[in-house]
Amino acid sequence: MTSNPGGTWPHAPGFIVGDRPQIVTSRFEYEDSYTLQRYLATDGYVGLRAALGRPATEVHDEVKNATVLGRGGAGFPAGNKWGLTPQGVWPRYLVVNGDESEPGTYKDRLLMERDPHQLIEGCLIACYAAGLSQCFLYIRGEMALAQERVATALNEAYAAGYVGKNILGSKFSVDIVLHWGAGAYVVGEETALIESLEGNRGMPRLKPPYFPAAIGLYGQPTIVNNVETLANLPWLLRNGAAAYTAIGTATSPGTRMVAVSGHVKRPGVYEIINGITTFRDLLYGEEFCQGIRNGNELKAFVPGGGSAPWFTPDQLDLPFEASQVGPAGSMLGSGAIMVMDSTTDIPRAALTLTRFYAHESCGKCTPCREGGTWLERILSRVVDGKGTDADLDQLMEVGESICPGSFPHASNEKLGIAAVPFPYRMNTICFVGPSAYVPVHSALTLFRDEFEARITKRTLIPVTAVAQ
Amino acid sequence: MARLTEENVRLAREIIGRYPKARSATIPLLHLAQEQDGYITNDAMAHIGELVGATSAEVYGTASFYEMFKFEPVGKYLINICGTMSCALMGAEELMHHAESRLGVHMGGTTPDGLFTLEKAECQAACTEAPCLQVNYRYRFRVTSENFDTLIDQLQAGELTSEIPAHGTVAAVRQHIPADRGVGAVAPEDVTEGPAWLDGKAAL
Repeated sequence: MTSNPGGTWPHAPGFIVGDRPQIVTSRFEYEDSYTLQRYLATDGYVGLRAALGRPATEVHDEVKNATVLGRGGAGFPAGNKWGLTPQGVWPRYLVVNGDESEPGTYKDRLLMERDPHQLIEGCLIACYAAGLSQCFLYIRGEMALAQERVATALNEAYAAGYVGKNILGSKFSVDIVLHWGAGAYVVGEETALIESLEGNRGMPRLKPPYFPAAIGLYGQPTIVNNVETLANLPWLLRNGAAAYTAIGTATSPGTRMVAVSGHVKRPGVYEIINGITTFRDLLYGEEFCQGIRNGNELKAFVPGGGSAPWFTPDQLDLPFEASQVGPAGSMLGSGAIMVMDSTTDIPRAALTLTRFYAHESCGKCTPCREGGTWLERILSRVVDGKGTDADLDQLMEVGESICPGSFPHASNEKLGIAAVPFPYRMNTICFVGPSAYVPVHSALTLFRDEFEARITKRTLIPVTAVAQ
Repeated sequence: MARLTEENVRLAREIIGRYPKARSATIPLLHLAQEQDGYITNDAMAHIGELVGATSAEVYGTASFYEMFKFEPVGKYLINICGTMSCALMGAEELMHHAESRLGVHMGGTTPDGLFTLEKAECQAACTEAPCLQVNYRYRFRVTSENFDTLIDQLQAGELTSEIPAHGTVAAVRQHIPADRGVGAVAPEDVTEGPAWLDGKAAL
C-alpha cells in the first residue's frame, strides 16, 4: 500500500485479505461486492432461505449453539440476548447499531460499504428467529458512502422480494428502515441509540433495565445488535453452528474483524481467527502488520478501541480471548488496536484520547461531564509543561470520582506491578466517563516518568498548612 | 427561507410513514432541511415540529445535540480533519496547521469566499488510513500537505462537483419502500399479537 495523492475514492484500501477463513469478508475482493447481482452469485440469501425452511425457534437455537459473541464491545452472545425479551409482549423491534465511532475502530463501515446485502440478510434472519416485527438500521451520520450503499441495497432487495411483505413468498414479513444519525459518539451506547431513534437527544437511559430487550424502543422489547454480529448470521445459517464453532475456540468461536492502526508497517483491517490469534501475530506476523515502522521498538498499544486500558510488549502473547485479556487488565472491546512506537510522546497520546471522551460526554452524569473536562484540562496543562507535581495526583483523584476503587491496568515486569483485572466500577450510566480516565490511568501507571519529566513547577505550600 | 419545499414535504411524509411514531423522523427531516438550505433555519425547525408533532423548541433541543447540524451558514465544502488517536500519531496536527495556513482560517472558520469551512473532527473510522479527512463526509485518506493542496485546487476549480455535493447532502441515494412491497409501520399500542411466523412451523 502506497500513499494516495488526492486520496482514493470510494474505497478505503484498508482491508487486507489473507489465507484465513473468511466468514464476513468473503466478498470484499470483488469490485462490485455491494451489488445484489454479485451477492446472489456468491451464496447470497441462501442462509435466509435455509432459515425460513425451519421453525423460528430452531433458527434461534442454531445461533445460540454457535455462541456468536456480540462484536460491538461488550461481547455478549447474540443468541442469549435475543432470549431476554419478555414473553408475550408485542411488538418487538430490531435496532442495528451501525453508529461505529470508537477511536481506532472500523469494520462496520467496511461491512456496510462493501457487503450491505450480507447485513440485510443477517437482519432478516435475526427478525425471523426472535419474532421482531420491524428493523431499524441506524448508520452513523458521517458515513455517507455506507448510507448510500445500504439504501441502494435495500431498494434492490425490496424490489426483488427479499425484504418487505411475504419474503420469498413465505408468511415472514418485515420492513427494514434505514435510519441515520448526525454526529454523536455516545449514541453508540444502545439506550442512547434508542433515544436518538425516537427523535431525542442521544443520552443513555438510566439503568435498570439493563437491557433494552426488556424495555427499549417506544417502551417495547428491542434487540440492539452490532453490524458485524448480524453479518455473521448468513454464513452461520448456510453452514451450521458446528462449522462455525469449528473455527476459533469454544469460548470465542468464529472470526472477528480487527483494525490495526498507528505505528505498524502495514496498518489494515484483518479478519482473524477468534480466540487463537495473538497480539504478537497481529503486530509482527508476515500476513498481518509485519512489525513496527522503521524497525522501531514497540512502546505500548491499545488492544480494544480507545476505551481499553493499554498494554505494553509484556502482553504481546495474549490471544484474542476475553477470558484472558480481562484478567490481564484490559478488554477486546470493538476490535481495534492502536500501536505506539518508541518515538511516541505518551502524555500527548493520552491527551488525544481523553480529549475525545471529554468532548463526547453527553452531559447527563456529573462525574463524566465535569470529570472528563477536568482530566482534559489538567492533562493538557501537564503536556504543555505548565503542570505542577500535584497535578498527577489530582488526575488520579478526578478519575476516582468517575470510577471508585481499584482501576484495571496491565502488569509490567520492569516496574514490578501486577495486573488489576477488567472491568471497573463506575459512577456513571455509560462508559464514556470511565473511558476518559482509561488513557490517563494507563499512561500514568505505565509511563509515570514521562509525566514527571514534564513537570516544571513545584506545588505551593497549601494555605491550610501555613495556618497551622 | 426556509420552510421545507413542497417536494421536501412529500419526501418528509414518506419518511415519517416508515416509523411507528412520527417523532422518530426528526433527525432524517433535519438532514432534509440542511440539504435544502445548507444549514438549519428556525423556520425549518418549526416546520419539522409541525410535521412530527413537536414544538420547535423540542426540535431544536434534538438538533443542537448533534454536531452535523449547523445553525448558521458554513462553506460549500466542510472539511473535517480527524485529530483523534491514530491520526494524531500519524501527523494530524501538522496537517491541521498546514490546512489553516493554506486556507487562511483557523479551525472553525470559513473562508471569505464562502467556499471552505475548516473543522477539527473526532474519529472518522478510517484509522488505518491516517491521517484522514472528510469533505462533506466524503473521505480522503493518508493526507499529506501536498495532496491537501491538490484537493483544495481541485475543489476550487470545480473538478469534484459530481463526486462531492454541496454541504447539506450526506447520502446522495434515498431509501424508497414500494407501496406494494412494504409491510408498513404500526403504532406499538395497536399490536397485540406476536408475528404470524412464530407458529412453530417453518415459514417456507
